[in-house]
Amino acid sequence: MAVLLLAEVTDGALALDATAKAVTAATKLGDVTVLAAGASAADAGAEAAKIAGVSKVLVAEDASLGHRLAEPTAALIAGLASDYEHIVAPATTDAKNVLPRVAALLDVMVISDVSAVVDGNTFERPIYAGNAIQTVKSSDAKKVVSFRTATFDAAGDGGSASVETISAADNPALSEWIEDKVAESDRPELTSAGVVVSGGRGVGSEDDFKLIENLADKLGAAVGASRAAVDSGYAPNDWQVGQTGKVVAPELYVAVGISGAIQHLAGMKDSKIIVAINKDEEAPIFQVADYGLVADLFEAVPELMEKLG
Amino acid sequence: MKVLVPVKRVIDYNVKVRVKADGSGVDLANVKMSMNPFDEIAVEQAIRLKEAGKADEIVVVSIGVKQSQETLRTALAMGADRAILVNAADDVHTDIEPLAVAKILAKVVEEEQPGLVLAGKQAIDNDMNATGQMLSALLGWSQGTFASELDVDGDKAVVTREVDGGLQTIKVNMPTIVTVDLRLNEPRYASLPNIMKAKKKPLDEKTAADYGVDVTPRLEIVSTTEPEARAAGIIVGSVDELVGKLKEAGAV
Repeated sequence: MAVLLLAEVTDGALALDATAKAVTAATKLGDVTVLAAGASAADAGAEAAKIAGVSKVLVAEDASLGHRLAEPTAALIAGLASDYEHIVAPATTDAKNVLPRVAALLDVMVISDVSAVVDGNTFERPIYAGNAIQTVKSSDAKKVVSFRTATFDAAGDGGSASVETISAADNPALSEWIEDKVAESDRPELTSAGVVVSGGRGVGSEDDFKLIENLADKLGAAVGASRAAVDSGYAPNDWQVGQTGKVVAPELYVAVGISGAIQHLAGMKDSKIIVAINKDEEAPIFQVADYGLVADLFEAVPELMEKLG
Repeated sequence: MKVLVPVKRVIDYNVKVRVKADGSGVDLANVKMSMNPFDEIAVEQAIRLKEAGKADEIVVVSIGVKQSQETLRTALAMGADRAILVNAADDVHTDIEPLAVAKILAKVVEEEQPGLVLAGKQAIDNDMNATGQMLSALLGWSQGTFASELDVDGDKAVVTREVDGGLQTIKVNMPTIVTVDLRLNEPRYASLPNIMKAKKKPLDEKTAADYGVDVTPRLEIVSTTEPEARAAGIIVGSVDELVGKLKEAGAV
C-alpha cells in the first residue's frame, strides 16, 4: 500500500515539525512517498528525505506552485493519485485548502483532522470541536486524509530516501497570489507553541491584556484569547482559542480570567497541563484545570512573573 | 450578480453536545438548533454586497432534513431574497456528507448561475471543512478559502485568507467560491418586522433525487464516543504553590 504525503512547504522551506508528525501517522498506512511542491522545493525535498520512515521524495518545482494555490496544487496531486491508495497531509490551513479539492477531483470523501489511525480504512477524528470522537470507516478506493499534528509525535531523522524530480500539472490559472502578511511577532505560532497563555473577559481591557502578553513572553509562550475577550475588543481574532477559533494542545496552557465556556474548552482541553487563574471559584475552567488558583489576576499574574524568576 | 449561499442547520454553538448511548452519534433530538455560525457570516457578507450594489439577488440553499426550513427562514429574515430547501434526509441525525452536498450544490449552481458562492469555512458539527473546496473542484472554479476580507471587482475578487501564522491575499477569477472565516464581519440580527416578512419570501422545495445525486455516505460511522475526561485537578492555595507544582511537573 502506497501513501502520498503532501509536505508542508512555505517559500521553499520545509515545515519539518508538521511534516514529520504526519509521517508518523502515514507510516501506519504503508510506504510513504513525500511530495514537496513549490516555486523552489528542492531543499525542502532533500530535508524531507532525511525523515525516518520516508521511502521516496517527489520534488515538483514550478512558479504556479509557489504559494500553494489550491487549484494547481490539487491538479498536481490528482494527477499523481493513480499510484497511491492514501493521499495525506498534516492538517494545516494549506492542506485544508487543497485536500478537499483533491478528494472531489477523485470523487472520494476527505477525512479531515484525523487524530488516530485504526487501520487503512478506519480513522478516529474529533467532531463538534473535540466534544466527541468519531470513528469512521471509508468505503472509497482512495482515502484522502489530513492528520491533526497535535496528536502525533514527530518522526525522527536518519532517513535517506531517494529524490525524484517531477513536473507540475498545467496551471488552470484561476487565481494568483498577491501577498503574504506573516504576523510580525517573536512569539511562537499559536497552534504549534509548547506553551500558551490566554486571557479572557476577566482581563477587562485591551490595555490590561498587556499583562497576558508579558506573562507569555516570560514563558516563551504564544498568546491566546477567549472568544469573549475577542468580542470585547481586548485581543485580535487570530488569537482566539476555541471552537470558532484555533484548536491548541500545548504542553502547558495558562488560562487567565477565562470562565471556561464550552466553546473555549473545545479549543484547549487536549493541552497536557492546564493552569487556571480566576477569581470566581465556580468558574467551569477549574473543572478541566490541573492546577487552579482562585485569585485576582491583577495580583496573581505579576506575582507569578516575579516568582518564575 | 446573483450570490448563492449554502446554509446548514447545526446544534447551537452554546449547547453542550451529548453522545448517544448507542455510539451512533450526537443526540440532536430536542436540542436547540441554529444556523452554522460561519454560514451566518456568509449570509451577512452577501447582504453587504447587495447593499453595496455589487449583488442583486441572494439565494440561500440548505440540504438536509425538512427542519432546515427554519434555518432558511432565518437567512431570509436577515435579508436573503429567496430560498431552496433540498430534502435529503428524514432523520435529524443523518448528516449529508460534504461530497454529496457539493454535488447537489453543483447542480443548483448550474440552474441558478450565480457569480459568487459564499459558504461558511466549516460546519461546527462534523468540522470537516470541505464543502466549498469540493464544490469549487466539481465546477472547475477558483476558490478563496478562510476569507477575512473580500473585495469583488468586476471579473476578479481579492480575497484575504486566514492562514497558519498570518494572512494571505490572493486574486481569483469570477465566478468563484469563497469560504468565510470569523473576522470577515459580524452578522446582523433579524428584526421582528423582517422575520414576519421572511415568512412570505419564496422557498422552493426539492429533493436530492431531483438533482440525480446519490447521497449514500462514503464514510460509515463505526462509533462515537465521549472524549477522555481529564483527571481531576487540584486547587492551589498560593502563587508559590502553583510555581512549585509547575516546576515539579517540569512545565516551567
